[in-house]
Amino acid sequence: MRPFSYTRARTLTDASQTVSDDRAMAIAGGTNLLDLMKLQVETPSQLADINRVGFAEIEDTDDGGLSIGALATNTETAVHPRVRADYPVLSRAILAGATQQLRNKATNGGNLCQRTRCYYFTNIDQPCNKREPGSGCGAIDGIAKLHAILGTSDQCIATYPGDMAVALSALDAQVQIATSDGGSRTVPVRDFHCLPGDTPWRENVLEPGEIITAITLPAPVGGTQLYRKVRERSSYAFALVSVAAIVELEDGRFSRADLAFGGVAHKPWHDPRVADALIGKAPSPELFDRAADILLEDAQGFGENDFKIPLARRTLHAVLEQAVEEAS
Amino acid sequence: MAQTISVNGAPHSVPDDPRVTLLDFLRQDVGLTGTKKGCDHGQCGACTVIVNGVRINSCLTLAAMHDGDEVTTIEGLGTPDEPSALQKAFVEHDGYQCGYCTPGQICSATAMLTEIANGWPSDASETLEGAVEISGEEIRERMSGNLCRCGAYANIVAAIRDVAEQSA
Repeated sequence: MRPFSYTRARTLTDASQTVSDDRAMAIAGGTNLLDLMKLQVETPSQLADINRVGFAEIEDTDDGGLSIGALATNTETAVHPRVRADYPVLSRAILAGATQQLRNKATNGGNLCQRTRCYYFTNIDQPCNKREPGSGCGAIDGIAKLHAILGTSDQCIATYPGDMAVALSALDAQVQIATSDGGSRTVPVRDFHCLPGDTPWRENVLEPGEIITAITLPAPVGGTQLYRKVRERSSYAFALVSVAAIVELEDGRFSRADLAFGGVAHKPWHDPRVADALIGKAPSPELFDRAADILLEDAQGFGENDFKIPLARRTLHAVLEQAVEEAS
Repeated sequence: MAQTISVNGAPHSVPDDPRVTLLDFLRQDVGLTGTKKGCDHGQCGACTVIVNGVRINSCLTLAAMHDGDEVTTIEGLGTPDEPSALQKAFVEHDGYQCGYCTPGQICSATAMLTEIANGWPSDASETLEGAVEISGEEIRERMSGNLCRCGAYANIVAAIRDVAEQSA
């Protein structure tokens, strides 16, 4: 690791002031940041340890929803009685990611901000527009098995690697952010992460000095909630494709079909046209195909990851079939 | 104010250099070399220790972040004369070959038994509620953060299962 100075923030305001400097970074669980610092992908001059500034509570909101603190760990969130009972897709998504040791340390805020696992991003000897703007993208004509098929640009085809945020996208959760002037703002999870475009280094909408304080979940939405993750081994691997699904049927027709996809884009992928195609219709393989046609209309493979296009279609089929079976 | 970390019940000063990971602190400053450095990137689990009752990768956290915390390493779980139930079971079931991953495996499994007793579900659990059914599948999923390059997995699972069933 490159040398850095370490301060423990006593309050959120302290931390916010420190991280307003673009060479400073906040550290919470540290499981992703310290890994990247050892690889010299991240070289902050200062770390502000925010672990003891509060914001670790998981508590009911006035409208019957749930606020999960940015500094609550992934484990605390996945095993929380209300998350298990009312938002099972979130418990399932968290439990499908990483290992128990990592989930015990990783925080919810840090999980949202985790960096891509693109091999070119994590290797400082390789070109990467995200890590070193203008250096090129090694993945586009290179090793791209984990890479995106939707929303890519000619600058970057990396994926957002997480599972938790895919479930949060299906749940339409909101990210609560403390701003550097002492105020706050709310951003839907669906708008929190950015597509790469011409600014692949910008992965989310956080501005300098801003810190996530909580993620709020709406009042329980019910339905059948599933998280299906396809990966190369059955544990401790990133998603090739994942689907978070909240599905309800009324009189044999879809009345709710909130779907979000992981492993396919630079952000958890949510396309409202997929729900529009399903709602009011009776489940059938032909209907699922139409939904997949819409989802994958603009999908583009880069050689090694071409398989993700049929895999996303099949995974969508499988999760809808399972949801219909469980809902009926 | 002096900053200390409790390691197996004894206080130790937090190192001056903030770059020191909890793993390097345990091995080099405290001199407890039972905790192993495998990958140093949170992938192998050889460095697993228990902090405030919870298992973590000691390579992916800074010692400076643990002022006031209570750390338990393999040396704190048992001794050659008085091994813990899991330490004994690993010997009885031959749950290792080279032994390099073993301290991490045993620290991890020790905390895992508490997680099961708490009713925490895993990715392998049929339901998110109720008591955890102890099965090979559950143990393998819950131990997926601990690799064994010798491939002693069958005996590791047997050792853990033995103790898990006794304590259930």
